[in-house]
Amino acid sequence: MHHRYDVLVVGAGGAGLMAALYAAKGGVSVACISKLYPTRSHTGAAQGGIGAALGNVAEDHWEWHMFDTVKGGDYLTDQDAAEIFAKDIIEAVYELEHMGLPFSRLDNGKIAQRKFGGHTRDFGKAAVERSCYAKDRTGHMILQTLYQQNVKAGTNFYNEFHVTDLIIEEGRCRGVVAYHLASGELHTFHAKAVILAAGGYGRIYKITSNALTLTGDLMSIYYRKGLPLEDMEFYQFHPTGLAKLGILVTEGIRGEGGILRNSDGERFMERYAPTIKDLAPRDIVSRSIITEIREGRGVGRDKDAVHIDLTHLPREVIEGKLAEITDLARTYLGQDPVKDLVAVQPTAHYAMGGIPTDINGLCLADGNGTPVEGLYAAGEQACVSLHGANRLGTNSLGDLIVFGRRAGIFAAQYAQQVEYAEMPEDPERETVELLDRLKNASGKENSALIRKELQESMMNNVGIFRNGPDMAKQVEIIKELKVRYAGVSVSDPSVRYNSELIEAMELGFMLDCAEAATASALNRKESRGAHDREDYTERDDANWLKHTMAYKDLNNPDNVLIGYKSVSLKGYTRAFEPKPRVY
Amino acid sequence: MPEYYPPSNAAPNVQMMHIKVKVLRFNPEKDKKAHWETYPVEAQPADRVLDVLNYVKWFVDPSLTFRRSCMHGICGSDAMMINGRNQLACKTLLRDVVKEGGTLTVEPIRGLKVEKDLLTDMEPFFDAYRAIMPYFINESPPPAGERLQSPELAERMAQSSNCILCACCTTSCPIFWVNGSYLGPAAIVQAHRFIFDSRDQATNQRLNIMNQNTGVWRCRTAYNCTEACPRDIPITQLIEEVKRAVMYQQS
Repeated sequence: MHHRYDVLVVGAGGAGLMAALYAAKGGVSVACISKLYPTRSHTGAAQGGIGAALGNVAEDHWEWHMFDTVKGGDYLTDQDAAEIFAKDIIEAVYELEHMGLPFSRLDNGKIAQRKFGGHTRDFGKAAVERSCYAKDRTGHMILQTLYQQNVKAGTNFYNEFHVTDLIIEEGRCRGVVAYHLASGELHTFHAKAVILAAGGYGRIYKITSNALTLTGDLMSIYYRKGLPLEDMEFYQFHPTGLAKLGILVTEGIRGEGGILRNSDGERFMERYAPTIKDLAPRDIVSRSIITEIREGRGVGRDKDAVHIDLTHLPREVIEGKLAEITDLARTYLGQDPVKDLVAVQPTAHYAMGGIPTDINGLCLADGNGTPVEGLYAAGEQACVSLHGANRLGTNSLGDLIVFGRRAGIFAAQYAQQVEYAEMPEDPERETVELLDRLKNASGKENSALIRKELQESMMNNVGIFRNGPDMAKQVEIIKELKVRYAGVSVSDPSVRYNSELIEAMELGFMLDCAEAATASALNRKESRGAHDREDYTERDDANWLKHTMAYKDLNNPDNVLIGYKSVSLKGYTRAFEPKPRVY
Repeated sequence: MPEYYPPSNAAPNVQMMHIKVKVLRFNPEKDKKAHWETYPVEAQPADRVLDVLNYVKWFVDPSLTFRRSCMHGICGSDAMMINGRNQLACKTLLRDVVKEGGTLTVEPIRGLKVEKDLLTDMEPFFDAYRAIMPYFINESPPPAGERLQSPELAERMAQSSNCILCACCTTSCPIFWVNGSYLGPAAIVQAHRFIFDSRDQATNQRLNIMNQNTGVWRCRTAYNCTEACPRDIPITQLIEEVKRAVMYQQS
């Protein structure tokens, strides 16, 4: 089946829905493809809030938010992106409110705000209330509200369509190929502009807050074309996942006054971040927790977790503003935050890196700014490098609103200026080959076992603390898993809803993401933000204040080529000199 | 027996349960009608039903088909009938639904066409959702900042806006089973979310939709929806509030 739209959006989470809405406002035809139903995208799992310097509770300014973002990103953040972001997010939050988003409110009727990690007043002096929230289901409300607005706008949705290929010829994107789960048919979508917003790849790790569907599909497809993935070594571990399960426990829990405690009952964050303690950025808190565990002060049967203590807070706060996580702790751990300490441990959460884009969401083909015409990306999938080496809490929801919107606007503008570029003769060829290989392979390998080994080895070798020998070992493990993956065969011959086939295909995408992340991490010989090396413990601005660009070597598919891109160290009106990052 | 894959990652010394998982299977490409298949499974009491289904799919029978995504009750993908009751497979722990040596029964939610195994056609459900104008409407020019709203009025939407559109409620409703044109509890909950939003201006239009013969008056107050809701939304009560709003509008 063949379809034609001016602008095509891949992914229906916050970034995709915002992009679709704004592309439609640009007066062009728009369709949005999702491998799920849109309301099931993982934006819905975001809990704590969306940071914007509204100043509803305490004085705040976009410059302070920009500074926090740049410092939080350990100065790898592109400052032009950070400046646009910190300014635009204020108006964008009001816009969400005008779309009907049911924010929690202050007594004066304004949007409520609370503290979050790394958000400060006056360039780092003290914590500030910047996170706008809807109880602890802010992402859920953003996702629902944006889907509602797309229903209103009449956006064309293709639900449960799995994108299998991007058609890029002569440096211009011409459309995508997608597999329709219900029918098993391939559909070709011809488009003037394509926006990629299909989320992250947290499923390459064993303990993760990410949905089962977050397998890095589009990043891998991009990478398979010989195009680069940027800053893949920077992967964020959220400090508080429910022990063993990895289910997210919002940072809002600390914003509301929750305290991390070790097995001695000690508030250990006082030792690691004396100024803002439990509200330090995520990389710092995650490392502090792992350090406590390594030094024998962990809790739980395996001593591999710490406690989050809410028992000093009023019941109304816990069951009201933190209702979602209260329910999760009660359901999954049988622990009641009102009276019990809840066991948490760091969980793989968010990719700071991804498909490189410029400030307008336009995808880049190298470190020199060469664009891929007609191709845009936004959200966790993309790396405009707002987050640098570490993302501040609430800046992901902000990222997808601000840069999803920009991608939609600029993709629509582009689509209005150009004609459709010709599709190649047989755009489905590579997808047909990929699916045939999986359906007809004769091997006996089980993709679930390979996936499990990938997840465990990535957790052990490219996790929170890293070193050269472990990562070199991981490079070999991934090579071996790829060989075994070639022997995976799909046993279910069904045409309709063949989820075995889909899961096998997703594993191939995950292996690519893991390969690029490991190679990038092994290459970066310093510690910065979420990338913490035991063998190179210091940040090294002289040699490493630059973005990594990882390319698949198309002549030798096991080899990763590394290039670089300079960091934008100036915004449009403000610039923050790299300094040691202390809190 | 394939290698056991401990889904909840608990330590090896945890006591294991031995249960049977009985799943209603149907593949229209080869089956004339649905049939039961039973899988013996070794699991932990704190495992989720979804962990067990994943285990069967990944290591025993890869053709087993169901939807799933987030694994913690926020995406709404894995609504199914577990031991005769609509629940999310990822929010239902084994220890709450089955004992050592017992049988766990899993079927698709009712009232929607089964496409394959536990996976149903969701389009009629989302059609009902779209029919209630599920979007904020206020045509007056927005202010520079937010439209003010008191915490009390914001709280008025707390229950209805908690809905994740999993369809547990609608597909547990006997009226929906016999009359597919009934919009169903989930759509009414969505209507409630906007009807009681102090900022929205389309209350009358929505109440008119609710007053049609596919709307709130079909509800017979069976409470199945309220019992089925994995988010603890008091759905029947919200439907009653909508009924009252329709009556006040008429008077």
